[in-house]
Amino acid sequence: MLHTFHKGGVHPPQSKLTASQPIIDIELPRKVVVTFSQHIGAIAVCDLKKGDHVTRGQVIAHAAGFVSTNIHTPISGKVVKLDRCKTAFGHPADTVTIEASDEDHQSDLDAIESLSPVRDDDTAMSLASEELIKIIDDAGIVGLGGATFPTKVKLTPPPGSKADILIVNGVECEPYLTNDHAIMLANSEDIVRGIRLLMRAAKVDRAVVGIEANKPDAIEAMTRAASTCRAIEIMPLKVKYPEGGEKQLIEAVTGREVPSGGLPISVGAIVQNVATALAVSDAVRYGLPLMSRVITVTGPSVKKPGNYRVPIGTDIRSLIDIAGGVPSDVGKIILGGPMMGKAVVSIDAPTIKGVSGILMLPLSMSRRREPEPCIRCGACVDACPMGLEPYLLATLSRFDRWEDCEDNKVMNCIECGSCSYICPAARPILDYIRLGKNKVGAAIKARRAQSK
Amino acid sequence: MNQLLTISASPHIHTSRTVSWCMWQVIVALIPALVCAFYFFGIGAAIVIVTSILGCIATEYFITRYLLRAKPTIANGSAILTGLLLAFNLPSNLPVWIVLIGAVVAIGIGKMPFGGLGCNIFNPALVGRVFLLISFPAQMTTWPLPGENAWNYVDATTGATILGAMKLGELSPDGIDLWAKAVGFAGGSLGEVGAVALLLGLAYMLARRIISWHIPVSIIATVALFSWAIGADPLVQVMSGGLLLGAIFMATDYVTSPMCHRGMLIYGVMIGVITVVIRQWGAYPEGMSFAILIMNGFTPLINRYIKPRRFGERRSSI
Amino acid sequence: MSLILSSIIVLGGIGVLSAAVLYFVSKRFHVVEEPEVALIEAELPGANCGACGYSGCHDFAVNCAKVPSLEGFNCPGGGEKAMSAIARIKGVDSVAARPMVAVVHCNGTCENRPIKSYYDGARSCAILSMVAVGATDCAYGCLGEGDCVAACRWNAITMNPLTGMPEVDTDLCTGCGVCAARCPRSLIELRPKGPRGMRVYVACANREKGAMAIKECKVSCIACGKCARSCPHDAIRIENNLAYIDFEKCKLCRKCVDQCPTHAIHAVNFPILKPKSELAGTIEEKR
Repeated sequence: MLHTFHKGGVHPPQSKLTASQPIIDIELPRKVVVTFSQHIGAIAVCDLKKGDHVTRGQVIAHAAGFVSTNIHTPISGKVVKLDRCKTAFGHPADTVTIEASDEDHQSDLDAIESLSPVRDDDTAMSLASEELIKIIDDAGIVGLGGATFPTKVKLTPPPGSKADILIVNGVECEPYLTNDHAIMLANSEDIVRGIRLLMRAAKVDRAVVGIEANKPDAIEAMTRAASTCRAIEIMPLKVKYPEGGEKQLIEAVTGREVPSGGLPISVGAIVQNVATALAVSDAVRYGLPLMSRVITVTGPSVKKPGNYRVPIGTDIRSLIDIAGGVPSDVGKIILGGPMMGKAVVSIDAPTIKGVSGILMLPLSMSRRREPEPCIRCGACVDACPMGLEPYLLATLSRFDRWEDCEDNKVMNCIECGSCSYICPAARPILDYIRLGKNKVGAAIKARRAQSK
Repeated sequence: MNQLLTISASPHIHTSRTVSWCMWQVIVALIPALVCAFYFFGIGAAIVIVTSILGCIATEYFITRYLLRAKPTIANGSAILTGLLLAFNLPSNLPVWIVLIGAVVAIGIGKMPFGGLGCNIFNPALVGRVFLLISFPAQMTTWPLPGENAWNYVDATTGATILGAMKLGELSPDGIDLWAKAVGFAGGSLGEVGAVALLLGLAYMLARRIISWHIPVSIIATVALFSWAIGADPLVQVMSGGLLLGAIFMATDYVTSPMCHRGMLIYGVMIGVITVVIRQWGAYPEGMSFAILIMNGFTPLINRYIKPRRFGERRSSI
Repeated sequence: MSLILSSIIVLGGIGVLSAAVLYFVSKRFHVVEEPEVALIEAELPGANCGACGYSGCHDFAVNCAKVPSLEGFNCPGGGEKAMSAIARIKGVDSVAARPMVAVVHCNGTCENRPIKSYYDGARSCAILSMVAVGATDCAYGCLGEGDCVAACRWNAITMNPLTGMPEVDTDLCTGCGVCAARCPRSLIELRPKGPRGMRVYVACANREKGAMAIKECKVSCIACGKCARSCPHDAIRIENNLAYIDFEKCKLCRKCVDQCPTHAIHAVNFPILKPKSELAGTIEEKR
């Protein structure tokens, strides 16, 4: 009997078109645009000037506070522009544009060619927790599952709490996405090293890697890689969405429920993505900051869907062009998976750390069905992994009843989208719940500020 | 990329289930019972069912088209389902005009005044049935004997239902042939005969996850336990009357039943208790319709106070 | 006969009993209230819009009745008429409030600001603003899903299907400000109605630099500063790449209007003097 979480959940079609495909390294771009808000928390501060020369891996924007992180350039080159550019969602943001000359480009290629470890495993494993966290912090590593929460914050538990288990998220429950699957196949040794380093940094002596049972090859590769380390357990999990949700994964693996409003650390768990573990390994072993990541470019009508290792800052359009260009029948382009990803307004924007996939849906799959009246079937209540009543929250939110939303625990919602997915009347349930969350969150913040 | 990109909030994919799909699945689950009804009641069943469905569709069409001036909502299948369920609650020799009145009341009073599909408080088919039961008690309680009247409609030979006979003291519980009841040789309304057919429907709906087990199981278990506790034969109580029909198809109506599993259990248990109370101590031999309607009234209250267990409410195991 | 008699007795009895219960309950639980409250409430519009700062008209009336003067009380919905009536009831001087009207600081019609993407989701500006920038490029302008229309209790705002923009009916608008609070982009401001309804304001909220703003919308404020330089009353200031006309200082001279290279400054309800009215395209003047 495979482990899984026990409340709610849905079974969207897997549609993993690029499963088990190897990772393709894309060519180092000659130009990147880097934004300064690629993580949750304070926007990083850039002190470059136009005309400055930067080298690959150099910090171009510094963390602005504890919950923030450094941002590095993936290419060497000259700062040609420092101005406002549009993000993929159309919001103007401060960016820096870096262009590589021929010499810069060649030296970068040489550096990649001659990459060698700066620390061997023994040295790495003898580093103290603080040293490791410092390296992780300096390397600008954030949670690569999509939430982009700075990793060092998770590794430094608040005073009074102690973690006893590291849970590594290789679940990848989102349909279409296969980027974590791909690195588990290609870089299983590195991931295991990263997990051991993370365990050392977090001072825990047990780690569990949760992987959905639909990736038997990944489970096998990881089990083989982890066979030398008895503290790491590879746990196959039953296929169910949203298994990769932090709270759901903790429950599936340990049976512990994170109390409502609490953090994973309150039940002694730290959750990190496999891609994060890989980034940690790269940072410690090779001294490489987070400059690239694997992105699944996929979609039913994409010509060359695949898992691409992309320097962060590469133009989304050029990445799509490598995958065979934008299909002619495209109706929607999504950053991330179809359940929780965000639809973009423009692809002339840079990739950022949190982009796990680029999904192009044809027009026929892009539009929602016309909503019908709620038939009170309770499917949303059944599907909600947090035990909420989505139909109620959506209605309360629609009629501005924010206090009632709060009483009904709207803030517990993890925005997994199971309710909207399952609703036979195609009602925009999550749209309204998100609005309620937003309003209630603002109200709670205001109350806190007032009471201070 | 000539067309505009669509933007919308996640999720971007959607289940293939629709409202009308759900309705049609329930209708499919009723097919075994429908076959039974045709087999046992012949032409009478056909006339009552067709009249009831057409009556419901016509009423809904008229109201949406001419009173509300909105897009007709016939296509979602809910009016057809209401019509079918109403017919299943009627005897097969009921005159057409009474059936029509039932259909008009079911849709015109039970459903549309509240705002149509999804807004009604009471199960429309039961509103229609109870209205007829109170208005035309004589016609509504003469039951043609199944199997003997395949080609008779109005002047069929009639008999009492098991529960009716027991109420009048004409029948002792020992004299009931349960096997006959299971396959449908006792009198009753269209959908009451053939317990096996109804259970087939239940199995289908559970397998397709149209409904959850909570309501039917809690009703049936409560009725069995409660009647056993007061000394009635639990099997007879469960198999007879509209209990199975009600527990499987009427009480599980999406709109008028509670939303969360805890609420469903309370709702089911209360329906079971009220049914047995009415059967045992009330004036009517049959209490299922009233029990469901009463609990329909309590559904908003149950939804208000019975909440699902929130994730993170349980004490963690460390 | 006895049947009729008993029916009459039973039904009549129930009626009398119920009446007695109702009478008792209404007496027993009667809430004593200042008679003034009811009088004041009768003068209020009863829309419970909350613009006065109290939770509904009744609450406003209760609080009005409590205090000796009307200082600080204003019912924007009822306007001067309601307030002077309340002042009469209380026997005090009415505190005159300036009549205000909602002004939309955006003119991003379909013509001026091309649609770049199709929004498919719950029809709400607040939700759309969380999804992405909106259907156009502008991150500051009207989202066009009509939250203000839904918020208005006076039916003063309507969505013009041709322009995709909300339009405020000056006569119906009471200046209650509910729409202003609701707009997720804070595009709506309450400004004085002005003499004979004459107003001058900047119909743009874009705070990007001119080069980017003009790419997003043909009639955006590019913060060139011409208007501020031309203003003889020092009423215009430019902050965050956006001009703002201070209505306390503005003397409605309209010098700025012709200066604006993108026609972002609107002057409404002025008698038409010049034949070359470039402003003929603005919404209010069409009316």
